[in-house]
Amino acid sequence: MNAGPTRETTPFATTGRSRRGEPCIWLTAAGLTLGVAMALGLFLLILIKGGASFWPGRIDLMEVSIDGKTELIAGYVTQESERRDGKGILHEEIQIFRGNKDINGEAFKYIDRAHILKSTRPDSLLLVERIEFGPAIVHGVALENSQGRIEVSSPEFKPALKTMLKQGAVARDRLLGIERKRIGAISRELEALSRAEKSGSVDTRTAASRREMLQKKFERLQAQAAEIRAEIAKSSFLGRAADGREVTVAGAALLGVFESNRAGFAGRIGEMTHRIWKFLKDDPREANTEGGVFPAIFGTVIMTLVMSLFVTPFGVITAIYLREYARQGWFVRIVRVCVNNLAGVPSIVFGVFGLAFFVYFVGAKIDQTLFSDKLPTPTYGTPGIFWASLTLALLTLPVVIVATEEALSAVPRGVREAALACGASKWQAIQRVVLPASLPGILTGVILAMARGAGEVAPLMLVGVVKLAPSLPIDDIAPFIHPERKFMHLGFHIYDLGFQSPDAEAAKPIVYATALLLIVLVVTLNLTAILIRNRLKKRFAVSSF
Amino acid sequence: MPSSVPESRPDFIQVDHFSFHYGEKQAIFDIDMAIPEHRVTALIGPSGCGKSTLLRNMNRMNDLIEGVRHEGDIRLNGTSLYDPSVEVISLRKRVGMVFQKYNPFAKSIYENVIFSLRVAGRSKKSELNETVERSLRSAALWDEVKDRLHDSAFALSGGQQQRLCIARAIANQPEILLMDEPCAALDPLATLKIEELITILKKQFTIVIVTHNMEQATRCSDRTAFLYMGRLIEYGHTLQVFEKPSHPETEAYITGRFS
Repeated sequence: MNAGPTRETTPFATTGRSRRGEPCIWLTAAGLTLGVAMALGLFLLILIKGGASFWPGRIDLMEVSIDGKTELIAGYVTQESERRDGKGILHEEIQIFRGNKDINGEAFKYIDRAHILKSTRPDSLLLVERIEFGPAIVHGVALENSQGRIEVSSPEFKPALKTMLKQGAVARDRLLGIERKRIGAISRELEALSRAEKSGSVDTRTAASRREMLQKKFERLQAQAAEIRAEIAKSSFLGRAADGREVTVAGAALLGVFESNRAGFAGRIGEMTHRIWKFLKDDPREANTEGGVFPAIFGTVIMTLVMSLFVTPFGVITAIYLREYARQGWFVRIVRVCVNNLAGVPSIVFGVFGLAFFVYFVGAKIDQTLFSDKLPTPTYGTPGIFWASLTLALLTLPVVIVATEEALSAVPRGVREAALACGASKWQAIQRVVLPASLPGILTGVILAMARGAGEVAPLMLVGVVKLAPSLPIDDIAPFIHPERKFMHLGFHIYDLGFQSPDAEAAKPIVYATALLLIVLVVTLNLTAILIRNRLKKRFAVSSF
Repeated sequence: MPSSVPESRPDFIQVDHFSFHYGEKQAIFDIDMAIPEHRVTALIGPSGCGKSTLLRNMNRMNDLIEGVRHEGDIRLNGTSLYDPSVEVISLRKRVGMVFQKYNPFAKSIYENVIFSLRVAGRSKKSELNETVERSLRSAALWDEVKDRLHDSAFALSGGQQQRLCIARAIANQPEILLMDEPCAALDPLATLKIEELITILKKQFTIVIVTHNMEQATRCSDRTAFLYMGRLIEYGHTLQVFEKPSHPETEAYITGRFS
């Protein structure tokens, strides 16, 4: 009879599963599982869809019969779906990205699978990236440059294409340098001149001569730009669309040519890396549906950092007063309740407040006192990255205050008393002992605030975010830091692409990619803060009690 | 007068009809006692008898609590603690304190020791180095930590941490050292070391120690005061208090009939 302990032999035997709380354990475990599954599911969806948007597929050339006529369509299959028509017959429908928006009008086309007569993948089909009208999908025909015409079959085609791409990139760079930077500098100078003239610090004669000089300089630069344009205009890329129409891409507009159907696995990985890199470092083009998101990354990071810069000292100081100095009575209790409730106020309300207070009140006052010469053009009296950062700092202030208060109250009383017993004043005790000991907890609050702030969009739409910012808030034009400028933000970029875009279908992959990027960015910012916190913690290993 | 034991002033700390209230609750009732210089005076008594309160009043640590008030006076070397001209901060520089739970700061060993100098605004390197060595030697910790002065104080063992706290308390060369159950959180071996240290330190400082441990009181104190329900029941030479207590409550307490 050694069948293990029975109910009689163990004095503390339980009477059943519910006594042991097993159903509750299962319930809590199920809750956790659900939560983890949802978070992971969301992340995986974005990861897969975002990643897939960079993966180069194969171009199908399809013979399709539409209304009795046969048509040739080339493109990437982007989506497959099923649909039942009015008679209840099932149709398999595919969505094809056929590009060539300039000749087709629409980049996407839906085709019933039953109408496809023949489908092949000829090597001659190329994906051509260009500055306007989205990518083109064409059969390569020839190149034209100053030396003449080079057919695609010729062995010189590839090196010539490479040179052409390089020349195009160089020309675009030079044009940008001339038009945006140097001509921009001239127009800024002209503006300053007319302001100086108005205020009377420059007399009319000198102003006129200076203006003439600048005008000459401007004309010279324009001539240079025209020269570059003429030089590059000599070359172009010739292709033939699937339906036989000619497609010509000017050398200046050609960004890249990818042999989708010929490339092997390594080639496709290379193309994907190239696309990811372009996505990260390029400016957006064509209503943001093409190109990269670099300004949005930059804006998001700068805004979050500036926000942390403001919210941290402000929140910590507030919490120190609340916890250490204020008399713990009903008034402090009310303040604390208000701070906690502030965390629950909808963020758009903060946006409205930021607009009314920071932009229209503080900004207008700054303009009146410091930039009155530029009025009525506002400098600070208009939404900008500085005001957006301040608004978000306000929004995340409760997070920092609450976390700091908790960290302060977690510092053992004995440590404070020891500091006081050593002859420290109360402030010295806080500054030298209490604050260092609560630093990890304070940083946790800052991390939470950063995570909240970086992902916030609604208030930003009122205080500084724009669809397309012409220039970054930090650049090489004096005074280098431009806190009054409007900026781009990844969160707003997602909204803009997904819901405000003229071509929602074309923008869909970029929406996923941007969402993925935003998540990665927030995680990176948080990980950095966590690393800093852990290093602080490690510097003084946790006390033994 | 050539002698190894320094001259002792019999009423170095004079507690003069001192009463103390936490809000409505009175914790100390009219205590009157003189604590001699360069001696170890132990305060014993059951929990809640007011011995810690009395100790914490000797450097006005109880001021931090809201709603406290006192009657009577405590004088250090003739000057009243509660004299309006006495600044609490300068008072605490004259009175070092060691707590029940060792509580080093989240700083290096070095910075812990010189904390009182730092807050006093002294930063001469040679003075700081000298203070660290002198204090750690006095606290019998120098040999153990001299090679890792810039390591975290938390890396030390419990007993070492408490001795570090003693070094920190004496770094500013106070006149008086208050110890609030300094061995309560330590093992017997570490306790023994601290007790040895106390008998050495009394040459330099006047020590007042609160303890729950009768043996500790007999081993290292010269005078013992027995407090009960906020009142001073018996006060005298340690041997006398423990061998021939004149009050029945004292006898009941030290023989362990209540605690």
